Amino acid sequence: MSAFWHWFVVIITLGFTVAMVWLFIATGRARVPTGTNEEGEETTGHVWDDDLRELNNPMPRWWLWLFYGTVIFSLIYLVLYPGLGNYPGVLGWTSEGQYQEERERASAEFEERFGELLELPVEELVEHPDALRMGRNIYAHNCSTCHGPDARGAPGYPNLTDDHWIWGGEPDQVFTSIHDGRHAIMPPFGDALGEQGVTRTAVYVQQLAGQSVDRSMAEAGRRHYEQQCAACHGADGTGNVFLGAPDLTRGVYIYGGSLDELRHTIRDGREGIMPAQSGLLGEGRSKLVTAYVLSLSRNGDE
Amino acid sequence: MSQTTTYNDKVVRQFALMTVIWGIVGMVVGVFIAAQLIWPGLGWEIPWLSYGRLRPLHTNAVIFAFGGSALFATSYYCVQRTSHVRLFSDKLAAFTFWGWQAVIVGAAISLPLGFTMGKEYAELIWPLAVLVALVWVAYAIVFFGTIVKRRVKHIYVANWFFGAFILTVAVLHIVNNLAIPTGWLHSYPIYAGAVDAMVQWWYGHNAVGFFLTAGFLGMMYYFVPKQAGRPIYSYRLSIVHFWSLIAIYMWAGPHHLHYTAVPDWVQTLGMLFSVMLLAPSWGGMINGIMTLSGAWHKLRTDPILRFMIVALSFYGIATFEGPMMSIKTVNALSHYTDWTIGHVHAGALGWVAMISIGAIYSLWPRLLGLDGMYSTRLIEWHFWVSTIGTVLYIVAMWIAGVMQGLMWRTFNEDGTLTYTFIEVLQFTEPYYILRLIGGIVFTAGMFFMVYNMYKTWQMAAKEDLDVSVSEPAHA
Repeated sequence: MSAFWHWFVVIITLGFTVAMVWLFIATGRARVPTGTNEEGEETTGHVWDDDLRELNNPMPRWWLWLFYGTVIFSLIYLVLYPGLGNYPGVLGWTSEGQYQEERERASAEFEERFGELLELPVEELVEHPDALRMGRNIYAHNCSTCHGPDARGAPGYPNLTDDHWIWGGEPDQVFTSIHDGRHAIMPPFGDALGEQGVTRTAVYVQQLAGQSVDRSMAEAGRRHYEQQCAACHGADGTGNVFLGAPDLTRGVYIYGGSLDELRHTIRDGREGIMPAQSGLLGEGRSKLVTAYVLSLSRNGDE
Repeated sequence: MSQTTTYNDKVVRQFALMTVIWGIVGMVVGVFIAAQLIWPGLGWEIPWLSYGRLRPLHTNAVIFAFGGSALFATSYYCVQRTSHVRLFSDKLAAFTFWGWQAVIVGAAISLPLGFTMGKEYAELIWPLAVLVALVWVAYAIVFFGTIVKRRVKHIYVANWFFGAFILTVAVLHIVNNLAIPTGWLHSYPIYAGAVDAMVQWWYGHNAVGFFLTAGFLGMMYYFVPKQAGRPIYSYRLSIVHFWSLIAIYMWAGPHHLHYTAVPDWVQTLGMLFSVMLLAPSWGGMINGIMTLSGAWHKLRTDPILRFMIVALSFYGIATFEGPMMSIKTVNALSHYTDWTIGHVHAGALGWVAMISIGAIYSLWPRLLGLDGMYSTRLIEWHFWVSTIGTVLYIVAMWIAGVMQGLMWRTFNEDGTLTYTFIEVLQFTEPYYILRLIGGIVFTAGMFFMVYNMYKTWQMAAKEDLDVSVSEPAHA
């Protein structure tokens, strides 16, 4: 803020407040020409609409002091806190500073209390009740919106309780998915394959998952598959965790496994984004969520 | 003698009737969306029945259609009576009525279809916003033209408030709606980022301050002394609280933007002027209640007066709550919770609706040349359901809001949040049901009212309702 605007704010704020106080004092002292009505009350003598009149009672004293009290409070507050333009206030408070301070205090307490826990490898955390309780809570606040409160996913969002991992199910792979995020792209093949080719490929993909399908359709689809799809999903359809290309032999689909849904996926492509949690959760909490998520999928097997 | 010797009560009757009709429409929509918060499937996935589209319809209908019609009716009635002249222009007055109804119908169509400016309480698309501005300029000409023509020297206090309300709302509406159209249904505001937010809440808070406070204080200053048959308590109190109210309200907007990207010093000034607003706001309550002080016995027999005293009490509650909630530390708890919804409805149901209902009950028989409404008992019933409905609503939202604020900020030992969003929602559900009941009870009262008004209208001689302009008293 330039010096001009600084003084503009200071003068208009204080000037306004002084003017209001003057209004209260001056009106309280003002002499109003009055008369007396039949009941002996002091009136201003004005009459409207046959019977509307005004008395000249003084303003209640407690009410005046209520106003002066709020003014005094405000002036003290303006000395202590930022309000008068560039003047920072005696206490040096800022909302940004308050936020940083509270965050730092919280992370310091977290480190102090749980630093040791975070030294442990994920494999041990998966068995640690404290770690799992915290992981569950972090999950509930940050992940459940997309992956569901029970972690069973939703259309477009993978189920985390099974053992089907698109980007790999090793602890460090799951941690990377959470901490750094993932960006998966299935390109559209509608133009390359044509509508008939898309359908044949989809039928072959169903056969890969062990469904009984029209043999000749699937055979035609296999040729398309080998040309267009095998590079990422593998010649045998088992996928590639380094590319985030799902295993097609398992019959697990995040965008749906019906013929229509598969055709949609092949024709128009898909794009899936898992946002990086590093900025929001940081390393320690990401590790705890990793442990929690892994515990879900391992318990799911039993 | 020509018609200049009578008051123009036709436009007052039209607005008074539409007050009740739009009140019912707006409140029924409110009840419906309150039910949607309990049963989200209500609406059957029909887009124009979705919560996001009906919520602005509810707010626009109750504030601008119900509240606005009540303000037009009472200000036109009051300014003629207290200036001892007919309205400045019958044609312009008729334009304000039909123009305002056109705006409301336009809102009722465009909002459910999903056409919106996206600014709270200023959702209407630009062609409708332009029509609002035209109607408002006509309103100002009619109102101030009548004041200029007045046959008494002093301007009655109710007219100060109505005048401030009309002038300020014109400025607020025009400045906040400045936008560049990209088509008939869409536009971009000329402000960006934090400036846009600041302009929006300068508008938003003063819409509360001038539309919902100053305007209805004008109504109070005419109908309370009239109904009580008592003089206004203190002339000097009216002067001080009028000028301090309109002057200080203008600063209070930034308290809607605590802990946001708006600079700290702006937030501080918004908070402090809100705190300083407490006494000026209470000035109106004191003047109203003390005006009744010589007529307490009338409360026993006159439910209309009871509407007014309860309205003033809720006004006092809401204007205490407002400054308190604007304090940063309180706001850190209350912001984004249902406490805010409760606070708004303490004002909207308790103050705005109750004082309007009282004023219309007082006004309607006079407009029809009768001594009173068809049934005092029905008014009595209406009074009780309104009061009970309001109390249920506010108490439910107070509990829900404070608990939401507390649950959101509860941490576990390990630094994680204790409650998930869904758990807070589950806690809130019973209070949403209580709020729905409160809303239904309050809305039911409006049906008593419309029936009572219909029966009163049947009693009236339909011809020659014109009232001659009364001669000013010589003081």
